[in-house]
Amino acid sequence: SKTKQSVFQKLSRAVVGKSKVDDDVLDQLEEVLITSDVGVNTTLKIIERIEKRVSKDKYTSTTELNQILREEITGLLTETEHKDQNTWELPEGKKPYVIMIVGVNGVGKTTTIGKLAHKYKENGKKVIIGAADTFRAAAIDQLEIWSQRVDVPLIKQKMGSDPASVAYDTVASAQKQDTDVVIIDTAGRLHNKVNLMNELSKIKRVMQKVIPDAPHEILLILDGSTGQNAFEQAKQFTKATEITAMAITKLDGTAKGGVVIGVSDQLQVPVKYIGIGEKVEDLQIFNKTEFVDSLFS
Amino acid sequence: MFDNLSERLESSFKLLKGQGRITEVNIAETLKDVRRALLDADVNFKIAKEFTKDVKEKALGANVLNAVKPGQLMVKIVRDELAQLMGGTAEEIDLKRQPAVILMAGLQGSGKTTFSGKLAGFLKNKKSKNPLLVAGDVYRPAAIDQLKVVGEQIGAPVYTEEGNKNPVKIAKAAIKEAKTKGHDVVIVDTAGRLAVDEDMMKEISAIKDAINPHEILFVVDSMTGQDAVNTAKEFNDRLDFNGVILTKLDGDTRGGAALSIRKVVDKPIKFVGTGEKLDALDVFHPDRMADRILGMGDVVSLVERA
Ligand SMILES: Nc1nc2c(ncn2[C@@H]2O[C@H](COP(=O)(O)OP(=O)(O)OP(=O)(O)O)[C@@H](O)[C@H]2O)c(=O)[nH]1
Ligand SMILES: Nc1nc2c(ncn2[C@@H]2O[C@H](COP(=O)(O)OP(=O)(O)OP(=O)(O)O)[C@@H](O)[C@H]2O)c(=O)[nH]1
Ligand SMILES: [Mg+2]
Ligand SMILES: [Mg+2]
Repeated sequence: SKTKQSVFQKLSRAVVGKSKVDDDVLDQLEEVLITSDVGVNTTLKIIERIEKRVSKDKYTSTTELNQILREEITGLLTETEHKDQNTWELPEGKKPYVIMIVGVNGVGKTTTIGKLAHKYKENGKKVIIGAADTFRAAAIDQLEIWSQRVDVPLIKQKMGSDPASVAYDTVASAQKQDTDVVIIDTAGRLHNKVNLMNELSKIKRVMQKVIPDAPHEILLILDGSTGQNAFEQAKQFTKATEITAMAITKLDGTAKGGVVIGVSDQLQVPVKYIGIGEKVEDLQIFNKTEFVDSLFS
Repeated sequence: MFDNLSERLESSFKLLKGQGRITEVNIAETLKDVRRALLDADVNFKIAKEFTKDVKEKALGANVLNAVKPGQLMVKIVRDELAQLMGGTAEEIDLKRQPAVILMAGLQGSGKTTFSGKLAGFLKNKKSKNPLLVAGDVYRPAAIDQLKVVGEQIGAPVYTEEGNKNPVKIAKAAIKEAKTKGHDVVIVDTAGRLAVDEDMMKEISAIKDAINPHEILFVVDSMTGQDAVNTAKEFNDRLDFNGVILTKLDGDTRGGAALSIRKVVDKPIKFVGTGEKLDALDVFHPDRMADRILGMGDVVSLVERA
């Protein structure tokens, strides 16, 4: 795109043939990164790395600068455990594979569950979902509509019932029915509410009564338009539940979601999925290079 | 290094203290700290830059140069400038007309439906109004059910047309219903939409044109980052909204988006959301927000010590 070129053009004009990054470049780079929500700390870290490399070698072309930037930023993003995610294959010996979805209010948890259930089902897996958000108005109805839309069974209880009990029921029923994947929805909660965070730990413990190593995956959903608060979200949810991966939603908007770079680096948790719309097919496997490119577009 | 700006400023004030006056040189570090705090709080990049420039000019002003305690004055300048930018006094919602029509707008998941319920409850209980809620989100699964539950919880009727996929027509019919049934306030909930979604932005403009609302409220998540300016500007260009609602302030976000939005659209923040329960709303306090953005819970004591 036009803007993409202009950022790189401006950057490269100031670098070509030089062995030191001058203030002009650094200012440009800082602006791109900060306005993508990368945050001051991570931006400084990236700039330091670029400075080091440029003092070693001289750069001659836009392509090279582009390459360096890409390498240094992708280097901060943690590798996912399974390189071969594209296949939607599940790890051996973990059947049913239990996924628990967590995150603050309104980030896209329930929607992501609908999309995930669809992907697994499309790939021949038997899926079941559990409505353990028993708190928010019509949360159960919302998940029920998704379950019908993607045609997978839903385990639910009444609004206001114990979420841990719903999770237990879901896992137990999955085990009986030879299910491949279980996905548990949870109510949105702000990470500074101690009681609600304890409730998550409890949901987790209760599922372990049925399957000792469950949940196998705890997916933290981050809203792509969230700023620096994502750090605290990731820290606190990790403390309460040891999240294993992250998904960034709403990247179909103008927000860049750059905060996940620092979050992934600091907590060593990989980004696994991105949400790019409200429809069932709008979920993609996270691609580092494409993501980093989008920061400059 | 430091958790909040007050600590950072305090350390740079130690340097300032011995010198007795603010100069271009000794203020540089302090300004860097201020800018850094703003960026950490998600204030937009350009706005943070402008802000520090303004603060610098104010600080270098004549009366400040003569100050005995420059540190104290710096805190005051930064804080006053922030509070002033965010608007002096709280602004109320316009309820003069019969019925007063209020339209909600905003991104997905920002808190529109919840706030619609909160506002209906507030107007009912605190202003003795008789509000009608309108389910104008025909897309999100169970959006109508959600508003119905919310309406039930606060005891306000909800206008719905199950199966009708045209929110413009629903909103128009709802106003008519409100008139016949004697409701003095109509609150129209709408679907979340991205500013780049042309069809959806046209739809909300069409709803506006059809019902001529007296208040259009832009509902925004207080955890929003740098994108707040783009989104607020797009929604404002389309809708010329009257006010901003800042939700989820019960979290620990610094909420710099509030400053960015205020600066870029120059519309007042009218209410804040402080919880999931339907009574969790508050009027906006610019001074409290200023302290929050700066991470200065204890500004007063800092000023006294400076
Ligand atoms: N544009 C866009 N919208 C999304 C995406 N993911 C979710 N949404 C929308 O965001 C809003 C909130 O999504 P939900 O799935 O209800 O979020 P949640 O985290 O379950 O919310 P709570 O349960 O209330 O905490 C809905 O309007 C979704 O349609 C996405 O990737 N892109
Ligand atoms: N903690 C907290 N949660 C809130 C607040 N306001 C809304 N929420 C929660 O945020 C989530 C999204 O709120 P909704 O009212 O559904 O948001 P919406 O803008 O109507 O969402 P869409 O219709 O999908 O665009 C829900 O889980 C709400 O309970 C608030 O002030 N504090
Ligand atoms: Mg949900
Ligand atoms: Mg809604």
